[in-house]
Amino acid sequence: MMVMHHSRLGRTLETIGAWMLGILWLLPLLYAVWTAFHPAAYATRFDLFAPLTLTNLVTAWQAAPFSRYLVNTVMLVTLILAAQFVLCTLAAFAFARLSFPGRDLLFAVVLLQLMVLPDVLLVENYRTLVKLHLVDTIPGIALPYLGSAFGIFLLRQTFLTIPQPLDDAARLEGCGLLARLWRVYVPLAKPTYIAYGLVSVSYHWNNFLWPLIITNSVTTRPLTVGLSVFATTDQGIDWSIVTAATLMTSAPLLVAFLLFQRQFVQSFMRAGIR
Amino acid sequence: MRRETLYAYLLLLPALVLLVAFTHWPAIETLIDSLYATPHGGRPAPFVGFDNYADLRDDPVFWQALRNNAIYAAATIPASIVLALLMALAVNGALPGRSMLRLAYFLPTMLPMIAVANIWLFFYTPDYGLFDRILGWFGGGRHNWLGDASTALPAMIVVAVWKEAGFFMIFYLAALQTMPTDLREAAALEGSSRWNYFRRVTLPLLMPTTLFVLVNAVINAFRVIDHIVVMTRGGPDNATTLLLYYIYETGFRFWDTAMAATLTIVLLAILAITAWLQFGVLGRRIHYR
Amino acid sequence: MLRRRTLLTTTAGLLSAPAILRAQTVQKLTFYYPVAVGGPLAAIMDGYCKTYQQETGIAVDAVYSGDYSATMMKAVTAIRGGAGPQFAVLLAAEMHSLQDQDILVSLDDIGLDTDARKWLDGFYPAFMANSHADGKTWSVPFQRSTAIFYYNKSTFQESGLDPDNFPTTWAELGGTAAKLVKRDASGKVTRWGIKMAGDLGNAQWTFGALANQVEQKLMNDAGNEVYFNQPKTIEAMAFWRSLADTHHATPEGVSDWAQLSPDFLQGNAAIIQHTTGNLTNLRDKAQFPFGVAGLAGKNSPHTVVGGGNIYFFRNVTPPEQQAALRFVRWISAPERAADWSIRTGYIATSPAAYETPVLQEYIAKFPAANVARTFLPVATGELSMHENQRVYKALTDNIQACLNGTKSPALAMADAQTETDRILRPYKRM
Repeated sequence: MMVMHHSRLGRTLETIGAWMLGILWLLPLLYAVWTAFHPAAYATRFDLFAPLTLTNLVTAWQAAPFSRYLVNTVMLVTLILAAQFVLCTLAAFAFARLSFPGRDLLFAVVLLQLMVLPDVLLVENYRTLVKLHLVDTIPGIALPYLGSAFGIFLLRQTFLTIPQPLDDAARLEGCGLLARLWRVYVPLAKPTYIAYGLVSVSYHWNNFLWPLIITNSVTTRPLTVGLSVFATTDQGIDWSIVTAATLMTSAPLLVAFLLFQRQFVQSFMRAGIR
Repeated sequence: MRRETLYAYLLLLPALVLLVAFTHWPAIETLIDSLYATPHGGRPAPFVGFDNYADLRDDPVFWQALRNNAIYAAATIPASIVLALLMALAVNGALPGRSMLRLAYFLPTMLPMIAVANIWLFFYTPDYGLFDRILGWFGGGRHNWLGDASTALPAMIVVAVWKEAGFFMIFYLAALQTMPTDLREAAALEGSSRWNYFRRVTLPLLMPTTLFVLVNAVINAFRVIDHIVVMTRGGPDNATTLLLYYIYETGFRFWDTAMAATLTIVLLAILAITAWLQFGVLGRRIHYR
Repeated sequence: MLRRRTLLTTTAGLLSAPAILRAQTVQKLTFYYPVAVGGPLAAIMDGYCKTYQQETGIAVDAVYSGDYSATMMKAVTAIRGGAGPQFAVLLAAEMHSLQDQDILVSLDDIGLDTDARKWLDGFYPAFMANSHADGKTWSVPFQRSTAIFYYNKSTFQESGLDPDNFPTTWAELGGTAAKLVKRDASGKVTRWGIKMAGDLGNAQWTFGALANQVEQKLMNDAGNEVYFNQPKTIEAMAFWRSLADTHHATPEGVSDWAQLSPDFLQGNAAIIQHTTGNLTNLRDKAQFPFGVAGLAGKNSPHTVVGGGNIYFFRNVTPPEQQAALRFVRWISAPERAADWSIRTGYIATSPAAYETPVLQEYIAKFPAANVARTFLPVATGELSMHENQRVYKALTDNIQACLNGTKSPALAMADAQTETDRILRPYKRM
């Protein structure tokens, strides 16, 4: 219990302010829900007794192969996450626990990527993928992001905090390098993996520009690109269909977040990202 | 070579190869490309030295893009950080319904920008769009938010802040929840005011988080252009052209790859300078426990 | 042992047979197109492809890719990436730019027999205007349109105007549009008289029509010279601006193409300048009687053609090019062109299509569908230059500046001319 000076009025005002901000923040989603479930005529009329309908969702679902886009996105995100976990764990372990010449220099080189993102180097990365014949493939979308400086940085930080005695105990038991990594470090870094995983998934689920450039066909397009193609028409915007499609494409992440809110925040705490 | 060194390099190899292949090497390639002209047809590109940079200097759209990006960054970065902190403080306290609030604040981050851009298009639609309608109740006139050069960039800034603040809030929230409570009790015993406590204790302890959030905010100010692509396409009259959008337009709409490379080098230089400023200057003022 | 060897050779033979077959017959074609997604049209295109597959065994994958500029970006990106479609529906006006990229193959180079040449002659000449260069044909029309007016007849009646008598001159248009403006009690406009698109990708089309309406050509046929700062061009820009600042019939600033349709359907705009390709969409959605009219003109009606042609790409094998050509001939046959026209509102690409019974019946029932076609004789081609997208941007930036009031029409056009001249300098030596 806080024993401090603040008036009841102040508290109430704060609560109201926070709530108003919350409603403001929810406004686009509320509008999307309204428009998606009401007929097109009510897209701009907010008549409380307007009839509800599911036709928009059905039309949107049929208008573009969203199920395929969803599959593509899940595959993409899973591929990226799995590869990032493996690659960043190995690299972070090397930086944290091994000593070798050039370690600090290489770490600085790695950290450069925090500022120089693959997103900025669109043209060149595109050309590289052309040479690798990976244009319009899901691995092609994933490749520039697999070596993640952010992941290496986070995991290294976490590995540094793991007590040396644990590591020594494993070594005494006869564990080799990789076994120590797998038995001691990885389990203890679980919160970091969760936190990083969540950041990575939400980043790549929402990524648009690079997949737009790299993908051409329905079999590789993620949801974001599919939605953008869908929403630009010669005939003008149809709010009901577009919002229905928006809800459909956002639903998986939204549901996931709703279910795992608390774990999300807690893992950020324990990962020491602050 | 010692075995440890060998193992270290083996462990590092995959990540490093990918990093260098898609970050460092392309950056160098971009630099080299910026010294040549755009190849046409099957003919190889001629070397032009710094001609591209001279053309860039004479390009008014480039300077506008720089100006726009500067204004955009100067507005979105403080706004999203301050809002994120306020949200975190609100959600951390004993506010009624705070897990709902936390969800509400964080939701924009979960939605793809492409998805919400169309909704914001409706909000900004003149006459019968949401904002104009609400303002109409208070007697406001018609606004062509996205079609008027003076309101288009602020409109984009609002969308960006809305999208980002919730994401940064999570970091602040995590930091607040791990702050030791004994400090607060000690301050309470001494009769310190809430504002004083916040300014003298909380804020400095949050500096590492603030630096982290600041880095992200700066990167996002230059990296995120999805809303521009969908909502304004750089218009009206280049009012919302940001640097990366200009790069995208030059490289993939005009197919002027040499100019796109030149612009990219400028963007990289800006990012490098801001990185140096942040880590070098601010980093030293951070209070670590 | 003998049996094993026989087995091995037979298997090897079987495995290589499809490869030999594949080298001789094309099994699959892909093309990109920018038609509206939204249920019916994508399904119709898929239906055409399925029918073609039943008839010929070749699977054609029609990939919708967004609007014209997105489709072009995707097609060129894919081709430069080493893969890519065999053909695509892209803006007819992009011919010079696409040629510069060195990715097109002319129909002549694919191979045209006498039948094919007769087929080419069967298209409307206005639609073939953007297809010729170096004595060869580079594209064929697919979904072509002219710019027309859609107007809300009930608003005409409300304002005391005759809904069957649409203005044909600039003076009349300005007056009519001003009368159609409706304000509420506080003086705020609830309905605008007219709206025209000024956003990137559409401003040049709107402006092309206006320039033709003072009988000013905007470009030369070679695509390397523009005439923006001619007095008549400036006059066209001034008229556009005057709709807002003199007649107060259209809002100040830039109106977005994507907004025009919803605005019209909402009753927020009484007249919109739009494409015939929107006709069926509006017909399905409008909750009021609406009419279709040709554009006006300073003295008499003039308009501009637009829409997409099919282009063939160079980096595919000759058998694929020929298979693509066969498909394109099939899909542009009169019956299918008529069907596409009915479903969308785009003008069918050949006079023969208008002789088909199904289209004649449709027009008899819905005369509005024939209006756009009657204006073909007074239509000019869309702005088509080298570095087309760059020129569009230079022109649009200045149009937007003028509409926003930051530049006068004369200054805007002068700046557009200077910028475009700079862009086209490398191409003048042709």
